[in-house]
Amino acid sequence: MRVEIKFGGFGGQGIILMGNITARAAAIYDGKNAVFTPSYGPEARGGAASSNVVISEEEIDYPYVTQPDVLVVMSQGAYEKFAPLLKDDGLLIIDEDLVKLHNGEGKVAKIPATRIAEGLGKRIVANIVMLGFFTGVTKLVSYEAIKKAVLESVPAKFRELNEDALERGYKQGIKWQGE
Amino acid sequence: MEIEAKSHPFDKYLRADRIPHIWCPGCGLGTALNCFLQALEETEIDLKNLAVVSGIGCAGRVAGYINVDSYHTTHGRAIPFATGLKLANPKLKVVVFSGDGDLFAIGGNHFIHAARRNIDMTVICVNNYNYGMTGGQLGPTTPLEARTTTAPYGNIEHPFNLCHVAAASGAVYVARWTTLHVRRLKESMKEALNKKGFSFVEVIAPCPTAFGRRNREPSGLDTLRYYKEHSVIKHGIDPSEADIEIGGDIIVGKFVDIEKHTFNEAVEELIKKARK
Amino acid sequence: MKKEQIKFYSGNIAAAEGAIAAGCRFFAGYPITPSSEIAEHMARRLPQVGGVFIQMEDELASMAAILGASWGGAKAMTATSGPGFSLMQENIGLGAMTETPCVVINVQRAGPSTGMPTLVGQADVMQARWGSHGDYEIIALSPSSPQECFDLTIKAFNLAEEYRVPVVVLMDESVAHMFEKVVIPPENKIKIVNRKKPDVPPEKYLPFKPEGYVPPMACAGEGYNVHVTGLTHDEKGYPQATDPEVQERLVRRLCDKIRKNERKMRDIDEYEMDDADVALVSFGISGRSSKAAVKEARRRGYKVGLIRLRTIWPFPDEYFEKIAGDIKKFIVVEINYGQIKLEVERNVGKEKVILLPKFGGEIHKPHEIYEKIKEVYNGD
Repeated sequence: MRVEIKFGGFGGQGIILMGNITARAAAIYDGKNAVFTPSYGPEARGGAASSNVVISEEEIDYPYVTQPDVLVVMSQGAYEKFAPLLKDDGLLIIDEDLVKLHNGEGKVAKIPATRIAEGLGKRIVANIVMLGFFTGVTKLVSYEAIKKAVLESVPAKFRELNEDALERGYKQGIKWQGE
Repeated sequence: MEIEAKSHPFDKYLRADRIPHIWCPGCGLGTALNCFLQALEETEIDLKNLAVVSGIGCAGRVAGYINVDSYHTTHGRAIPFATGLKLANPKLKVVVFSGDGDLFAIGGNHFIHAARRNIDMTVICVNNYNYGMTGGQLGPTTPLEARTTTAPYGNIEHPFNLCHVAAASGAVYVARWTTLHVRRLKESMKEALNKKGFSFVEVIAPCPTAFGRRNREPSGLDTLRYYKEHSVIKHGIDPSEADIEIGGDIIVGKFVDIEKHTFNEAVEELIKKARK
Repeated sequence: MKKEQIKFYSGNIAAAEGAIAAGCRFFAGYPITPSSEIAEHMARRLPQVGGVFIQMEDELASMAAILGASWGGAKAMTATSGPGFSLMQENIGLGAMTETPCVVINVQRAGPSTGMPTLVGQADVMQARWGSHGDYEIIALSPSSPQECFDLTIKAFNLAEEYRVPVVVLMDESVAHMFEKVVIPPENKIKIVNRKKPDVPPEKYLPFKPEGYVPPMACAGEGYNVHVTGLTHDEKGYPQATDPEVQERLVRRLCDKIRKNERKMRDIDEYEMDDADVALVSFGISGRSSKAAVKEARRRGYKVGLIRLRTIWPFPDEYFEKIAGDIKKFIVVEINYGQIKLEVERNVGKEKVILLPKFGGEIHKPHEIYEKIKEVYNGD
């Protein structure tokens, strides 16, 4: 089945990397088909940044995300901009400290990803916390796959930190699933 | 009249089957080519490793007469072509032989950037103040007030001082001579050929057919006479002081001779670093 | 590399890696969106394999430099997009005339002029074919995925070397920027073609006398004292710029070496064509949307197939002539206002061809194509 995922936030949060890691995990380590398309152009500067992933067991022909099944947002701007695109029964994942929801949302999973990252001493790994959470909540990629993809994307001296961040997020995701 | 010599000492340098050349009587290109071959004769350069690249125009035909690997490219693009040639095969000695319009109007951007990068090549520019092949239009070196077919009332554009452009762009060797100064020109060409990096020799040359006859020098000899009366040798002078004006002195000499890291050397070091 | 590798590459990176795998050791280019990642990747990778990267002052220079490098003995490439591709046409002509092997990647964006620099287009198809002046033929390949960017760039080098002609890899912004899995075969499994060298001594060598259609090539410094000119030239390479017979002999050969070998260069991905009565014709990113539409239409019983062109130039005239009788309608899906459509029309007749254009900035949605398919069937 074809699944469309959109990651949104602001510049500097590592939103593009989130898409890259997720699709790479699915394509290389889970053996599925996956396409990753970063947003280019003026839209990628300042304001809302986004990256897009399609994962499928079958061949992926049309490569773009039009109606995400899963929307992961880490800024209010991205939420405002992309939430209307979400499928009716789609899942919204947010950093609860950064996004204030309007009323009438469907399925929502929340995590204070940036706060958790700050607790780990590096705000910059908020995106990795979020990726862990996304993995635990959606199971669209396996934990082993996402871990490999994360670790090969970061400098050696930050491996432990990133592994930590991923695990924290993942555990919360599993917990959310149980709830 | 009987022809006494069956061969010419420079036969080995020339494609004899392409002679006679296309140049007009009184043209300075033959002299420039002759000086170049003499200079070659006095260097250690292995002809097998010599490549001559030209653009378009009368001077652009030089490449076709020299019996080495020679490339007659598009208008203005001799220098970037030569850049690729030299970088792909650093063993080559690459010479660009072309005219003022080719190298400094349509190809001006390439000239300044090759000089800036200090690509290892010798550029010889035969400057006859106009586009000769197409019938004598004004070019980037036409002196103010000179008459050309596209400046029938006299040129209103300020010309380039080529040696100044070359020096300001970063050339490591810059010299200017007229085709009257054959021995000095040959010496400069030799020095340029032996120089590592971007070397530039400007050759002021008559074009009686297209330029001279519109500017009170109807024969090549008239122009050479002018060179004789108005050339002033000033080695080492700041080339910015060597502008060329109609009726004025032509300052000639070697203006720049410095050492600088070449692009090829930098590439070699870069490769060593990247391969570690 | 001795082992197969699996990478996750964008089309741009895959094309750059394909070039390196093909033996490209010289790159000259000028930054332009959406192709710049190719230059950036080559700047990092070429020195590691002993190659040379140079960022030139413009695209005129980039194209001239790769021709020079090719005559210096290197496999050489440049990469650009619309406006830069326009500037390169001058020396693409010189490359065709002097039979200089080289590869030009054009990552198509929407034009004309500056157009939509960051967004997709496919409107340089005719420019790739006819962009420089005079009669000449060229080869152009069009990948639909990062994997094909890798594979077809290698193929582009091989064709350039075999036929001594500039080969264009006609990518588009979508394919260039999308990331997918790319399988890099082990080195010994990649087919590499190198230009034929003369096997006669210099005094017997005629640099533009063909063996078959293509002359063996002696590069600078090999002792053959070759003269190369953009003027009309004889087999010796000497200018014969006033002789119409020499001109005819030369131009006929430059065109025929491609035309007469069209079948060998033909590369078509046929999908569901066996029993098709309507065929989509597409290439590049549009080929993917088209395939999705064919799948949807087949599920609903429409006997539609897809002809996806991987080799665009030379155009497979013979192929279309052959299938024209079996197909009632051809729907050409392309991000331009009708370019490949003209080629299809030329072969199968105007009345059979329907254009489904996009004007740039977005790709076809599969359902738009599916709607067109339905419309064609219902119109019968």
